[in-house]
Amino acid sequence: MADQATFAEQAMPLMSSLYSGALRMTRNPADAEDLVQETYLRAYRGFGGFTEGTNLKAWLYRILTNTFINSYRAKQRRPQESDLEEVEDLYLYRRLGGLEAARTGRSAEDELMDTFQEAEVKAAIEALPENFRMAVLLADVEGFSYKEIAEILDIPIGTVMSRLHRGRKALQKGLLDYAVTHGLADRPQQPDDPEPVSSASAPES
Amino acid sequence: MADCNETLRELYQYLDGELTDEDKRHIQGHLDDCSPCLEAFDFEAELRMVVRSRCTDQVPESLRDRIARVLESEGCRPAPTGDADPAHP
Repeated sequence: MADQATFAEQAMPLMSSLYSGALRMTRNPADAEDLVQETYLRAYRGFGGFTEGTNLKAWLYRILTNTFINSYRAKQRRPQESDLEEVEDLYLYRRLGGLEAARTGRSAEDELMDTFQEAEVKAAIEALPENFRMAVLLADVEGFSYKEIAEILDIPIGTVMSRLHRGRKALQKGLLDYAVTHGLADRPQQPDDPEPVSSASAPES
Repeated sequence: MADCNETLRELYQYLDGELTDEDKRHIQGHLDDCSPCLEAFDFEAELRMVVRSRCTDQVPESLRDRIARVLESEGCRPAPTGDADPAHP
């Protein structure tokens, strides 16, 4: 059982992670601030239920998520799950990967860093339907394990994996749409264009 | 050794650190020999780093202060360093 006297010392350094998560969830700074404050208050009052030695960030995120679902989600009605864009695996790689970087000798990461600035990445995540947004946020931004995400969201691990799978593809679609709109990438290739990883679809000889 | 289809199917579980050591070695063995798959893996890993590094936000000082005050009013001992309300050392 955790000692309430150590709460601030342990929990305050995690605030920027929680605030970023709250911003992606609420998509609104005023709601995000209220959500983080409410989370800290609930966490402090319930700190006796935290087991020392387990992941405090995961424990706080569970409170953040529950508070969001109970208090803030009702205000937000879009986007719906049915709006999720379905694209194939490796969507972005098949369109951006290797091509420009190979020509210029720069790494794919440099190219991606130049193409996708802070506002675009945040907007692409925030455009995902909530279930998928939460899974992608917890895994790709916060680095939680499948098991931790399952506990935070109170869903089975299989559901975590399928939400991640679909959410990541939709995120890539959103990022590419942005890049194309702003002239940073070519229009998506036609089906008869050569695919950079076409050999990957054939079994190894 | 894993083939390309199997490797790409396990790409995210590999990047997520969710494979067993044995499965990981299986995939690594394929990546050592297959540059198209390695390139796809690198791209996904780098994309994730970009997404992560772009999703940071500065906590407003006013929020830090507000939370410190709320916790103190609940009887919480302030954090020992900079996070505590400086008006109440």
